[in-house]
Amino acid sequence: MLSALLVMAAIAIVLGAVLGFAAIKFHTEGNPLVDKIDAVLPQTQCGQCSYPGCKPYATAIAAGEADINRCPPGGEEGIQKLADLLGVEFKPFGSDTAAPKPKSVAYIDESTCIGCTLCIQACPVDAIVGAAKQMHTIIAAECTGCELCVAPCPVDCISMLVIEEKISNWKWKYPLYALNAVQTTDQTTGAER
Amino acid sequence: MKEYLLILISAVFVNNIVMVKILGLCPFMGVSRKLEAAIGMGAATTFVLTLASGSSYLINHYLLGPELSYLTTLSFIVVIAGIVQFTEMVVQKTSPVLHQVLGIYLPLITTNCAVLGIPLLNVQAKHNFMESIFFGMGGALGFTLVMVLFAAMRERLEGADVPAIFKGSAIAMVTAGLMSLSFMGFSGLIK
Repeated sequence: MLSALLVMAAIAIVLGAVLGFAAIKFHTEGNPLVDKIDAVLPQTQCGQCSYPGCKPYATAIAAGEADINRCPPGGEEGIQKLADLLGVEFKPFGSDTAAPKPKSVAYIDESTCIGCTLCIQACPVDAIVGAAKQMHTIIAAECTGCELCVAPCPVDCISMLVIEEKISNWKWKYPLYALNAVQTTDQTTGAER
Repeated sequence: MKEYLLILISAVFVNNIVMVKILGLCPFMGVSRKLEAAIGMGAATTFVLTLASGSSYLINHYLLGPELSYLTTLSFIVVIAGIVQFTEMVVQKTSPVLHQVLGIYLPLITTNCAVLGIPLLNVQAKHNFMESIFFGMGGALGFTLVMVLFAAMRERLEGADVPAIFKGSAIAMVTAGLMSLSFMGFSGLIK
């Protein structure tokens, strides 16, 4: 009986000492919140949140200057993940921000394009190739669907094509928890599966 | 050397901890919905299990002995919990990226019954120190293999045209059963 107690006490003391030593030796500073928020954001760099990119928006969220519901490409899943990360309540999209759209890719009607390079300057991810007075085209794999190139085009030759969901590009939907069903009934039913 | 290789192969395929021994089913069903998560879980489990089987051998052999054998389960749980905690601290310090990938799965290993099962099986089989470590590593590699295979299948299943009644966990259970059957085919591998 006594030896059993001694053995368990010895194990506990040794483990406690190792863990206590590890806690000091492997001490980490508080997690850099901006990086974590930035990792959740979709990295489209589209500026629809009114900040110049995803990283500035993440910085603004971390500083408490911006709401979490300003990122349309992230969708409601993105807001949910930000809410989980920051421990705040889920918020639906505000009326002043753009609503999420299905994932799409820009397409240049090459017969209409006059080669003005305005869309090349607007593209945040350099997904448009072309030169002055030459026809431009879009690298579909690089395009993030941010629509920033649509407005500058003087001949309106850029249109957004919705990407169809096929088995080759299908991905798991991030779970949205039933916890939020109280506040927004339609989002759990719509995006759960 | 040959016997260690035999132990390793037998633990990975013939006596696979999930498919044949039917241990560690909750991470098998719970963390296999995404391939990345399954790989992370497998890697973390491999590390912890290898360390746990070695240290639990030392405890059983030098500290407990035959007269205190009723303490094996209790002390193994304590040691495993300690190792998992230690692993988490080290990973967080040395590789924050890996820590982020593993996330919640790292502490969850504490309650993984495969991790407790393998040290107990080691005691039962009277393995020596090196055999214990190889058995632990083999069991964990087998666990990882099955996790990765199953996660890949579940990702495909999600896009497949499954009858409505079988969608989700039901078809996953059926798949797991078929997988288990196919692992029985390895039983003739080592005589």
